[in-house]
Amino acid sequence: MSIAIDNRHNGIQAEPSNGGVDSTEIAIVIQNLKKRYGTVDAVKNVSLEVRSGEIFGLLGPNGTGKTTTLGCLCTLVQPDEGLLEVYGISVTQNPAAVRQRLGYVAQEVALDKMMTGRELLEMHSDLYHLSKAQQIDRIQSVLTTLDLVEYADRLIGTYSGGLKKRLDLAAGLLHNPQILVLDEPTAGLDIESRQIMWTLIRQLHQSGTTILITSHYLEEIDALADRVAILDRGTVIALGSPQDLKKSIGGDRVTLRVREFTPLSEATEVREHLLKLDVVKSVTLNEFQGNSLNLVVDAQSDVLAQIESKLNSLNLPLFGISRSQPSLEDVYLAVTGKCITEPLN
Amino acid sequence: MTQIISPTPSASSAQFDYPDLSLSIRILHFIQETRALTKRLFIQLIRRPSTLIAGLVQPLMWLVLFGALFQNAPDGFMGTSGQYQKFLGAGVIVFTAFGGALNAGLPVMFDREFGFLNRLLMAPLASRSSIVVASAIFIMSLSLLQTLVIVGTIAILGAGLPNVLGILLIMAIVMVLVLAVTSLSLALAFSLKGHVELIAVILVTNLPLLFASTALAPISFMPTWLQWIALLNPLSYAIEPIRYIYQHPDWNLNAIAIVAPWGSVSLIGCLGLLSAFAAISFYSIQPLLKRSLG
Ligand SMILES: Nc1ncnc2c1ncn2[C@@H]1O[C@H](COP(=O)(O)OP(=O)(O)OP(=O)(O)O)[C@@H](O)[C@H]1O
Ligand SMILES: [Mg+2]
Repeated sequence: MSIAIDNRHNGIQAEPSNGGVDSTEIAIVIQNLKKRYGTVDAVKNVSLEVRSGEIFGLLGPNGTGKTTTLGCLCTLVQPDEGLLEVYGISVTQNPAAVRQRLGYVAQEVALDKMMTGRELLEMHSDLYHLSKAQQIDRIQSVLTTLDLVEYADRLIGTYSGGLKKRLDLAAGLLHNPQILVLDEPTAGLDIESRQIMWTLIRQLHQSGTTILITSHYLEEIDALADRVAILDRGTVIALGSPQDLKKSIGGDRVTLRVREFTPLSEATEVREHLLKLDVVKSVTLNEFQGNSLNLVVDAQSDVLAQIESKLNSLNLPLFGISRSQPSLEDVYLAVTGKCITEPLN
Repeated sequence: MTQIISPTPSASSAQFDYPDLSLSIRILHFIQETRALTKRLFIQLIRRPSTLIAGLVQPLMWLVLFGALFQNAPDGFMGTSGQYQKFLGAGVIVFTAFGGALNAGLPVMFDREFGFLNRLLMAPLASRSSIVVASAIFIMSLSLLQTLVIVGTIAILGAGLPNVLGILLIMAIVMVLVLAVTSLSLALAFSLKGHVELIAVILVTNLPLLFASTALAPISFMPTWLQWIALLNPLSYAIEPIRYIYQHPDWNLNAIAIVAPWGSVSLIGCLGLLSAFAAISFYSIQPLLKRSLG
């Protein structure tokens, strides 16, 4: 299945981009990136391009090298091999110039709890050598955008997790970076904080900022990203726009539960029977959701009826069944064989 | 993939490189970032004054308790007449400064562990040595403050107060020692695995270096093997000149402060040796800092 998508993504990549992005300008080039830690291949072979002005999503299970890839790009990790460029500037040869253009907000917040939010922002704007007048202007602006004005003069140690995440992002925006690199910016946030992040990401996108973002919330990436790359064990296994990726895996999705918690043996047996149906392309067993079955089926209208009558003939109950167009989650499941069980509500 | 526009690195790099900015702007940037980083360390100190208070109370307790311990010792017991504090003061000054400098790497290590350092490294700093310089400025200011408080306390305890030049020389000695030890501690903060390892190194260095110096007892009290160690211990070269200043109000720079088997060292000679120690440790950590900080 992943091979089919790999073939497809080469085709997608050659296509001119949609959404009015000038595809001739490439913001980020990562080519054959490799990074080992001792015996661990953190990044085995990653190649991707991010076009200027697009939102690019980096997806993948835990420990597949997303953060390491971003670290290499952001001059924090020395890559073993590979080409890294930001607007044509080599990351390894000219890190200072790259840093000037990047804003990097790491997966873990990097704050000093003994400072107030404003003091921290002042420090960072000094590290970016902003003048006093620029500082006042920029600090006010990022505080407003992230809805932090009322917390600005409180100690960071008293901030909640969401506020910390927002302040961390605010610090990354101070110097108006051309490229913003966000490593799981919405992990663990409540709806309100997440919405603030989304609005901001969209605003920055509107104003032409290139955004590279990782997330475990696939619906979020589906809604935000122009293009995505899915990583698995240090390699890119799928790349393209969410729409193209969804189209490429083909068919409709059916999720089926024989019982609320189906015994594994029964689920396996049903799987064998369903695979015999012509309309059913594949059946994946999802152990994380009470051994439910995820089917890829022909986009044919009576497929649900066929499945139901099959179960009837086997004398089995049907706890629930639903049918949908493929989602990014289905793409993810298809190419990684893993299911992200972090639904977005 | 082959259609990627990738100008040769050499062509693209020269155009944007930091050195393009004029030297004076780079210096201004360096000052701006160093000031910001130093300010952060002082904010931490003021908001968490326990470190400061402990750093001031501890040497005072040394002075008072050790002074009391030897209160009834026969006059001239420590090779000098008068209170033990007069003898001990120099040791407390140096040991306090040494301890502070040894700990200089800890905040940096915590910044490393919490990802804060990475955030600093993402900024287009004029020079990443501003991170090291800020720590050094902070530790030096703290040591100077401690030194002044200890000198004041010794005076209050009635064990004498050197003249202004004497105090200045004491501060110079403290500064040089602190610079040397801070360099080593910061180097450890960048090279050791984590704070547990750093604390372990601090613990096994701190007290042994104290006991193997002339801080608590004069060299003549020691067995020969310990004399050798004490005379190789840089701390002794800070302690002895300060002690000399306390014990000889009519001191001068050429007066002999240390008599070692290989020769005698004057006050100014001690300062010279300490400066050499500081220069060596400062320069020997540069390759390491360059490797860790790029
Ligand atoms: N400094 C390091 N030393 C040793 N191993 C490391 C280091 N950093 C990352 N790794 C390993 O490299 C692999 C990739 O890690 P990375 O943090 O890039 O994954 P990730 O895709 O960001 O995961 P997550 O979704 O959990 O954030 C993991 O196996 C990790 O244990
Ligand atoms: Mg990560």
